[in-house]
Amino acid sequence: MKDKVFVTIDGNEAAAHVMYRMNEVCAIYPITPSSNMGEWADEWASKGIKNLWGNVPTVVEMQSEGGAAGAVHGSLQAGALTTTFTASQGLLLKIPNMFKIAGELTPTVFNISARTLATHALSIFGDHSDVMTAKTTGFAMLCAGSVQEVMDMGIIAQASALESRLPFIHFFDGFRTSHEESKIELVPDEQIKEMIDDELVMKHRQRALSPDHPVLRGTAQNPDVFFQNRETINPFYNAAPGIVQKVMDKYAKIVGRQYHLFDYVGAPDAEQVIVIMGSGGDTAHETIDYLLSKGEKVGLIKVRLYRPFDIQKFMEAIPSSAKVIGVLDRTKEPGATGEPLYMDVINALHEGISEGYGKIKTMPKVVGGRYGLSSKEFTPSMVKAVFDNLKTQKPKNHFTIGINDDVTHTSIDFDPEFDIEPPDVIRALFFGLGSDGTVGANKNSIKIIGENTEHYAQGYYVYDSKKAGTLTASHLRFGPKPIRSAYLITKANFIACHQTVFIEKYDMLKDISNGGTFLINAPWKKEDVWDNLPKKVQKHIIDKKVKLFSIDAQSVAESSGMGRRINTVMQVCFFAISGVLPREQAIGAIKDSIKKTYGKKGDEVVKMNLKAVDNTLDNLFEIAVPAQISAKYDIREAVPEHAPEFVKDVLGEIIAGRGDDLPVSKFPVDGTYPTGTTQFEKRNIALQIPVWDESICIQCGKCPMVCPHASIRIKVFDPKELANAPATFKTIDAKDKEFAGMKYTVQIAPEDCTGCGVCVEVCPVKNKTNTSLKALNLSPQIPLRDTETQNWDYFLRLPETDRNILKVNTVRQQQIQQPLFEFSGACAGCGETPYVKLVSQLFGDRAVVANATGCSSIYGGNLPTTPWAKNNDGRGPAWSNSLFEDNAEFGLGYRVAIDKQKEIAEGLLIKLQDKLGNEFVNEIINAKQVNEPEILEQRKRVALLKEKLQKIDMYESRRLMTVVDYLVKKSVWIIGGDGWAYDIGYGGLDHVIATGKNVNILVLDTEVYSNTGGQTSKATPVSAVAKFSAGGKVTGKKDLGMMAMAYGSVYVAVVAMGAKDDQTLKAFLEAEAYNGPSIIIAYSHCIAHGIDMENPLNQQKMAVDSGQWILYRYNPDLAKEGKNPLLLDSKPPKIPVAQYMDSENRFRMLKKSKPEVAKVLYEMAQEIANDRYKMYQYLADRKFDGEQQ
Amino acid sequence: MDITTKYLGMELRSPLVVSASPLSENIDNIKKIEDSGAGAVVLYSLFEEQIVSEQKDLYYYSSLGDISPEAQSFFPEQSEYRLGPDEYLKHIRKAKESVKIPVIASLNGSTTGGWINFAKKMQEAGANAIELNIYYIPTELGLSGSDVEHTYIEILKSVKSAVKIPVAVKISPYFSNMANMAHQLDNAGADALVLFNRFYQPDIDLENLEVKPNIILSNASSARLPLRWIAILKGRIQADIAATSGIHSGTDAIKMLMAGANVSMLCSILLKNGIEYLKVIEKQMTDWLEQKEYESVNQLVGSMSQLRNADPSSFERAQYMKALSKYKF
Repeated sequence: MKDKVFVTIDGNEAAAHVMYRMNEVCAIYPITPSSNMGEWADEWASKGIKNLWGNVPTVVEMQSEGGAAGAVHGSLQAGALTTTFTASQGLLLKIPNMFKIAGELTPTVFNISARTLATHALSIFGDHSDVMTAKTTGFAMLCAGSVQEVMDMGIIAQASALESRLPFIHFFDGFRTSHEESKIELVPDEQIKEMIDDELVMKHRQRALSPDHPVLRGTAQNPDVFFQNRETINPFYNAAPGIVQKVMDKYAKIVGRQYHLFDYVGAPDAEQVIVIMGSGGDTAHETIDYLLSKGEKVGLIKVRLYRPFDIQKFMEAIPSSAKVIGVLDRTKEPGATGEPLYMDVINALHEGISEGYGKIKTMPKVVGGRYGLSSKEFTPSMVKAVFDNLKTQKPKNHFTIGINDDVTHTSIDFDPEFDIEPPDVIRALFFGLGSDGTVGANKNSIKIIGENTEHYAQGYYVYDSKKAGTLTASHLRFGPKPIRSAYLITKANFIACHQTVFIEKYDMLKDISNGGTFLINAPWKKEDVWDNLPKKVQKHIIDKKVKLFSIDAQSVAESSGMGRRINTVMQVCFFAISGVLPREQAIGAIKDSIKKTYGKKGDEVVKMNLKAVDNTLDNLFEIAVPAQISAKYDIREAVPEHAPEFVKDVLGEIIAGRGDDLPVSKFPVDGTYPTGTTQFEKRNIALQIPVWDESICIQCGKCPMVCPHASIRIKVFDPKELANAPATFKTIDAKDKEFAGMKYTVQIAPEDCTGCGVCVEVCPVKNKTNTSLKALNLSPQIPLRDTETQNWDYFLRLPETDRNILKVNTVRQQQIQQPLFEFSGACAGCGETPYVKLVSQLFGDRAVVANATGCSSIYGGNLPTTPWAKNNDGRGPAWSNSLFEDNAEFGLGYRVAIDKQKEIAEGLLIKLQDKLGNEFVNEIINAKQVNEPEILEQRKRVALLKEKLQKIDMYESRRLMTVVDYLVKKSVWIIGGDGWAYDIGYGGLDHVIATGKNVNILVLDTEVYSNTGGQTSKATPVSAVAKFSAGGKVTGKKDLGMMAMAYGSVYVAVVAMGAKDDQTLKAFLEAEAYNGPSIIIAYSHCIAHGIDMENPLNQQKMAVDSGQWILYRYNPDLAKEGKNPLLLDSKPPKIPVAQYMDSENRFRMLKKSKPEVAKVLYEMAQEIANDRYKMYQYLADRKFDGEQQ
Repeated sequence: MDITTKYLGMELRSPLVVSASPLSENIDNIKKIEDSGAGAVVLYSLFEEQIVSEQKDLYYYSSLGDISPEAQSFFPEQSEYRLGPDEYLKHIRKAKESVKIPVIASLNGSTTGGWINFAKKMQEAGANAIELNIYYIPTELGLSGSDVEHTYIEILKSVKSAVKIPVAVKISPYFSNMANMAHQLDNAGADALVLFNRFYQPDIDLENLEVKPNIILSNASSARLPLRWIAILKGRIQADIAATSGIHSGTDAIKMLMAGANVSMLCSILLKNGIEYLKVIEKQMTDWLEQKEYESVNQLVGSMSQLRNADPSSFERAQYMKALSKYKF
């Protein structure tokens, strides 16, 4: 055997690495947490990396996972070795094809980073609920429990599939394994090649559909033969387990690691045995090793091949001493007799004993339990608790572990203090900010340790739910033996706080071990560090004798030319004080790594990083720890005292990081949560906030319009309201004539603002005596926090400006409307949320929102809090997310239900008209409800109607009361990103607009799948580098607007708020007013474009000025009037498209990496822009009947 | 008529050289420059800021990410990056393959940073010489003139120590004593001085209350300033001299040569009238020379420098008085 090569990679890369080598075609589609596998494949293909046979695999992105499965099926049928990668809902979409692929005995491997299926809520995290739904497809199922096993099982699956002709699901735990970075042995290509029998590949080819030896496959069959034909596959399934074991044995000979269909670990005379699959197996393994050392008689069966389930081999794996078997399922099947693995084990034992397989002769006691749903931690203490349960006289069956079920009492207790982490493992925890490079630096650190030492290394990264000001926690372990701890660090030797603000928010030292080291990045002088720490932190440091270090990393980074990126500085600190490597060696290794990592990005980048390394050590200080607590403040409460009970008891606990401790009883049973809760989560993430200069403000309303977080607002009010205003509360006289005698104010929510600066960018006014100042200017938040918080509270208490007096078709007045979408977790400077907020302002009190999965569903609906809010009347948008692919249909469902209930209400009104009065009933039924005052009138009528109905004691009146609110016009909004609208949901979207129903579709077009990290969609413009288009997108953007216009009956608008806000406003008003389907395609700048997020509106302007993005409105109502329905709102392009493209990294990157390709694609982009503008101009210039020729 | 001249140790067919400008951004134009008779071409400038900021931008924007567990990054890693400087080097190579006239690379910067290493790469790519354009606008109140001058010298020395090919230095006239600055650069090893750099002066956009760089092409009167200093320096320094700014006709070029320039550089006039206009200027120049019965350009060079001028004071302060006196009423 050759010298071993070690690499530090995550599970997804391990899977992609081997699959890429063993296949010729990859059909891909992004879905967390499997997207990276497709991304690797695409990236390698663009670099020309070859597979085992010297060929560069073809990687094709499809419009959905269903599409990918279809393409896989076709590619397999046509003879290519083909693979795919997916998870969760993606796997569900592949299931129809999977039955076919299996039914036709087609060898392939589907790689699944197993993820939770959406039920009462979506979750991107890991469990087996997805793969368990696929177990009826006929696919074999092989499970890997660690990153090393992913590489191993991937190869075993492929080799077994070819020989057995069964397709395989190769699965591993989403995030825990897919995203865990681990030092593993790389299986060299020649060993992989040895595992793959070329003869079997030939046979696969020979079975392919070919006109040179034609066959027909995929017949339709009748009752006479289908059944018998279905049974023909049995020999293949009977043979498969033997083949897999044979392949495993061959693998052991070639590679050196032996696996079995069922691997037993534990005492040969174990009495209690756990059966488990996936990463939990490693945790159980580690725990059993510990328990054995304490003399316990326990054991574990790790299930590798779950389907076909080999009963005999399973029986042989159980020690004869086994008395109680506990089966752990990482899934939940409500209403079943038990979870699937448990049921399989019961059946296997029953059948196995009767057949005389294995060593046990009598049926042991068997209990099943659920663990780890949605990546819930599964720790050694939980493993021990399961064994403790098995040891009891009457072990609890159908139990849960890891939660507190105080409703149906399924849970078993565990001791959170039980800790078996070996002393020779260094455990380090880093708290960073998403954008500060902490995670990247830690990934780099574990590579350095992995490559420079004999030590094994593990890295796992946890993020909070917000995209702006994200807290990241990096969990790193280093040790002399392979690390089996598939759970978060609970006792850390080293903790680093990379962002000062987090120290007052999170109790991050609660898990530091005695004598551990704490490093804080803070701007304080070293003598002030101690006094600036909160009480709780000081107490931990004193009680646990923690060594304290500090550095002002921001200053070091800035002085080294690194700007805000403190990654290298903090990495150096870690190596300098953690003792994981000798200091000099560590610093040398970091420098080498910097040269290696950044070398291709240029000498300057290398230089500034090296400079940062050198500057760090001079600025890193150990702080003497006093014996007494001296702090004057403590970690802040997560939510304020005045928050509603549910917010305090449930959401507040989640915000504080104590969600794991919440018992079942605290939760709503059906996934229903209150809205308007972000207001209680004061995140204080802005370093700087805007300050209003009222003396020069022109009251244009642009600042609240573009604010992504609704944290800058306007009110116009009676001066008498100002009686008790705080001293620093600013107002001016309202300028507009409609507001004569009223006061005007612009107020910032200091604790909710992210400090993005977009309001400053948009402000059109310059100070005449100092042109560097505008009517809004950024200023540090901390000195302003207290006064502005008072002002904000006062502002909220001011009455909302009467909506009836506002001219809603002008931005300056419309923006006074209260936003009912506020303080979302979207990125600072987000380009989507201003549009969403606009919907909430204009129509929020009567809107119901269907939201496709994506960024908008995450910042809109990810716990703990939601930005969707209510007005003072308690009205506001009602919101839900069904799936990614079905959003248009979901929203159409709202429409038909609303219309139906309105129809029922009208029917009942007519029945009751004798009681209610004919005129009154007619008024209600025939009410015109187009504009705000008309709708308000109808609300008044309905309120009166309710009063009248209270007095009528009839069946019809009671029925009418349940539907009466539908008499007020409801506005249905279908919101989602381009991935949904252009790709996965396009079929549904197309159908919905074809129905003619009155729905409003808002497409937040970021031109990539932003939420999953920027994969190519059909909205991606030509030449852009995106994931899945590593070599630049070679085709143009799909013209969705043009396609929708083709119906002639759909209102279509293409807008870019940053380029023309009044056109955006008009479009939203017209779309809603149009009594039919409307679609608005909204340019949404995005961090995924690689742009300056402090000046993103400039990108929108350039996109429009260059003709890359054409603004227009198509209103079918105009056609009815004999006018041309198309209004072109864009002027002819005035700058070249290249000028716009050069200002965004997504395009520039191609120029820098593949200039020849970029040249061609840039030219193509210009041609497309020219041609499109000409086409639109032609269409807009056409004269219609009613227009003068 | 022998119009050859020597510049930076090279024999040029003509003293008319195309200065650093967008004219040399594509190879076809460079061929056109040769075909129109230029003695040499100075390529468009590679800016220090371009080298540094391009790398930093790529580093910063490519590493954006970690905003959620789902979006830990946004861009696929590329196997290589051909940064602007690499493209520039490729451009030098292509230019060298395409034309026979000397190709002078232009490096523009104002600090002694790592960008200077690029000079070596330019040499490796085949550049015949380097024109080092030190474009420095000091604004710190505490910075003395001698500190500024020191920076110039340091930059030149770093580049000279990195390359073997000749190095010309293009500077502005804004020094307390231009002659001393030229002398210092001469001593530090400058193979030629290119006089003068024309700073793009800012302008105010009244509509948007913004300062905007406003590129104004030179006019014939711009030539007066370099003319004076070339005449003063000719014969007093070892380095060759190139004249640039305001040379719009054959006679303009002749005046510069007479003052002491080895070459006269053209840009604005070619941007206005096209590269082929070089032929017109050459024709104007040769017509004049023939008419006045000159035999060669070499005869001309420095013939009216201060040292060889019948009235040396005409380039000095006294001339100011004389000039003004003409305007007496």
